[in-house]
Amino acid sequence: MASGTLYKGREGMWSWVAHRITGVAVFFFLFVHVLDTALVRVSPDAYDRVIASYKTPLVNLMEVGLVGAVLYHALNGIRLILVDFWSKGPKYQRQMVWVISVIWLVVMIPGFYFMTKHTFEQMFGA
Amino acid sequence: MSHNQTPSALLAPRSARSGRSNYELYSWMFMRISGIILVFLVLGHLLIMNILDGGVQRINFGFVAGRWSSPFWQVWDLLQLWLAMIHGGNGLRTIINDYAERDSTRLILKSLLYVAVVFTILLGTLVIFTFDPNIA
Repeated sequence: MASGTLYKGREGMWSWVAHRITGVAVFFFLFVHVLDTALVRVSPDAYDRVIASYKTPLVNLMEVGLVGAVLYHALNGIRLILVDFWSKGPKYQRQMVWVISVIWLVVMIPGFYFMTKHTFEQMFGA
Repeated sequence: MSHNQTPSALLAPRSARSGRSNYELYSWMFMRISGIILVFLVLGHLLIMNILDGGVQRINFGFVAGRWSSPFWQVWDLLQLWLAMIHGGNGLRTIINDYAERDSTRLILKSLLYVAVVFTILLGTLVIFTFDPNIA
């Protein structure tokens, strides 16, 4: 495609790509998550055993990824609503990508600390 | 529909829509309304379950039993389940429509999707309503 397109390869396109990828990832996790929670109808032991896997270092790190994906999808979803319904939304759609990126980082840095605190203590000692 | 055909809306862009349903409009509106509600429900859920007060390390059967003894969290989780599954199912429907080019592929993928969505919603709803804290 000729250069000078406003959309392709820029913030608008990449935020759209990331919205799809995070949406699909969260959907598949949700499916698994309803299945693992359903084990509370089997027995306390069956539930506790599957939840124990959520507390291991590797899965704990994947939970940070899950929270990051949900947070991005939520922030970009708010941006999409503003593009659709706020009169100045389309004009500022590109700037809003940078605004949500900053908010994402500001939330994820302390979020990462609190989510992985126990894992790091366990692996490298208190 | 073949992909080589020009959609009728492009051939006559100002023409009135004839006899078609407003399904896609309602779908578009649903994504925005459910999305706003889910921002609060899901981010609240993740904050409580993964970040506050020890996060995932403190979750076990007793923790779930304590939460679901309150109708507030039962309604929260039920609403979250239904809205998230329909929102996600509708998102995947859009993605299948965009990328699966053959009619038969689309039909198979969407059938699988709808079965998975209905199954997950029914299972989750059943679990919330029939939860027994004294199960042996």
